[in-house]
Amino acid sequence: MSDSSEEEEISSTWVFYRDRNEWKDVTPVPQDDGPHPIVAIAYSETFKDAYDYFRAILKSGEKSERALNLTGDCITLNSANYTVWQYRREILKALDKNLWNELKYIETMIRRTPKNYQVWHHRRVIVEWLQDPSLDLALTENVLKKDAKNYHAWQHRQWIIKTFNLFDGELEYVEQLLDADVRNNSAWNQRYFVLNNTTKFEPHVIEREVDYTLKKIELVKGNESAWNYLRGILQHDGEGGLGRNKKVLESCEALYAGGSRSIHLLACMIDICQERHGADIEPESPFTIERALALCKELAEEHDKIRRRYWEYISQQLQKLSNSASQDGQRVLCT
Amino acid sequence: MWDWESIDVEDESEERMVFKRYEELINDKQDTEGFETVSSVMQDEVETTVLKIYQVMQHLQDLEGKLPLLARDNHVFYLKTSLTHLSQSYECLDSSRPWLCYWILHALQILGERLEDEDYSHIAGFLAKCQSPEGGFGGGPGQHPHLAPTYAAVNALCTIGTPEAYQTIDRQGLCRFLSSLRDDEGAFSMHVGGEVDIRGAYCAVSVARLTNVYHPEMFKNTGEWIASCQTWEGGFGGCPGMEAHGGYAFCALAALLLLEKSKLCDISSLLRWTVNRQMRLEGGFQGRTNKLVDGCYSFWQGGAFPLIHALLCEQGHKSKLWLYDQEALQKYLLACCQHPSGGLLDKPDKPRDVYHTCYTLSGLSVAQNSPTPVVIGNRRTNAVDTVHPVYNLVQTCASAALNYFNTLKIPELGTVCR
Ligand SMILES: [Zn+2]
Repeated sequence: MSDSSEEEEISSTWVFYRDRNEWKDVTPVPQDDGPHPIVAIAYSETFKDAYDYFRAILKSGEKSERALNLTGDCITLNSANYTVWQYRREILKALDKNLWNELKYIETMIRRTPKNYQVWHHRRVIVEWLQDPSLDLALTENVLKKDAKNYHAWQHRQWIIKTFNLFDGELEYVEQLLDADVRNNSAWNQRYFVLNNTTKFEPHVIEREVDYTLKKIELVKGNESAWNYLRGILQHDGEGGLGRNKKVLESCEALYAGGSRSIHLLACMIDICQERHGADIEPESPFTIERALALCKELAEEHDKIRRRYWEYISQQLQKLSNSASQDGQRVLCT
Repeated sequence: MWDWESIDVEDESEERMVFKRYEELINDKQDTEGFETVSSVMQDEVETTVLKIYQVMQHLQDLEGKLPLLARDNHVFYLKTSLTHLSQSYECLDSSRPWLCYWILHALQILGERLEDEDYSHIAGFLAKCQSPEGGFGGGPGQHPHLAPTYAAVNALCTIGTPEAYQTIDRQGLCRFLSSLRDDEGAFSMHVGGEVDIRGAYCAVSVARLTNVYHPEMFKNTGEWIASCQTWEGGFGGCPGMEAHGGYAFCALAALLLLEKSKLCDISSLLRWTVNRQMRLEGGFQGRTNKLVDGCYSFWQGGAFPLIHALLCEQGHKSKLWLYDQEALQKYLLACCQHPSGGLLDKPDKPRDVYHTCYTLSGLSVAQNSPTPVVIGNRRTNAVDTVHPVYNLVQTCASAALNYFNTLKIPELGTVCR
């Protein structure tokens, strides 16, 4: 639930709106819950008072300096009230307010409640109005320092980068984050985002990414993010993908021979077998459907029991593949 | 009719050894490979806590033959109290009051608990106060209409299921409201001037289908836009480019089904991603790769399985169970997510709240109600009602609502709608 410290901040020297001279001309509008209030929240007096006055100005359509300040208080009391935010934006426009100040204001609000849709949306609208993204990479970086996986911060950062073409340096930033925590899946996602919007997946990019990812896998073989990324990158590979990538095949064999039974390694090997099936030119290839079936069994019965049903399902799919292929073979023989 | 059969099943499930021995459990802990990072340290803390709980559970099971029970009465009491009175800490949900109604009513319904007609009438009356004259529902009386509380209010009213509740919904207004939120790409913003993400599309198509105000023009290209949110991991992000996330992935898949556009989804990569979100030690689901378990993802991730199941069955898949470990999830929910005085939670040591109570119970319902039911512990106490996984309404509530609204005329898009 909410952090009550914000409210304490308000209440130490707080004067209720109903006791303020400059608001004497306004009649507060209480909330109309009807005769039978449901899910009635035990609002503090401060909350009720401020919102009674907010309802009054919303009704009268007043757009003034005092109304702007009132929205600020209401937001402090509940930063998820999108109606207040929307009205605040209307006031900002009507009064032609200095939006640079608004940027500063919204930054403090983001720092207070960084996991809230409304604060980030407000930031985005103000940046759009100003057409100035210069402060937002630093802002999101700061928020991500506290929580490197904050979804809203990443979403805002992607929007800023894409809208204002600020891809320069982003790959370096991602590398920093992955150096700090190689399991940070949001950082892996950002890596993909950058490539997808800049260099795309040219052969040399794929090669570089495969090298990079295999190194990270070397560090932590059980890191699902890195394995998923490897697969994600190679699905864009025109040269044969996961099933044909020499480096990946060799690494997998080496890891397996070295005793690793990371479930993601085994899953990757199954994918390789499946992709190579039917198109395998080297007769000696160790990546066969039979091997994939054995790996599925190993996963289902030993290393990844919680996903037993899934691995059994994959086995069935592989068997279907193998059956249809052997039928093809039969047909060839008959004719 | 054949009562003894079900008794057989009950006895069997009660005696089965559900909780593993410590030596086995310890194998399920993550292997950090000597390389600690923030993510692995946080994971370790949760695993340590959960492991302790499972050890206690295993003792109770082996020594006393006891499996955890769903504390129905406590949960019902907590939910009923919350329906009328909420503490000051709920001020941050003052713009989500229809959500509070839905979470509470739906959770009660899953537990098979009905309220008095008069109570339902009062709730419908309150939700009417949240409805905007322009159509759609706001987060509270007098607040602007917004797609999230609109979805919540419609689902709450369908859970109530009385003619009065159904008739509360201004369908012409709803149709107008939905149309006003669609953008050129087919995506939906949450409110006029608000943010755009997959929640918008799901909430819009869910209420449109349920109340029979669906027009194909309203959702032109929406399926394509949703499909563009599927990521390299297989799950869906909130908007194109963003990280795969359980909440958005559910919205995406459910919306694609409602739009009859599931062909646009890469189902095998979605399945792979979703199935890997189940935690090996905890048994519950995480929302994203390398994040922590959280009870609410029992539904957001677990609820995707019946939908995936339906799609795979079209391709010839035959099974009476979902493709995840339904028992492991139930263990997590019953042993780790119940607050001693009622209500459910994210993970041990977190506070309870009605949101988590709703989605843990929804997840429990899905985990139990596969074509062949799977119920951990005493069936009579622990078995809950079946939910319709697309709308997340109790099955009977969804059917009754669809039956009711499908007899009504679809409001015209006309000039008011784009
Ligand atoms: Zn949660």
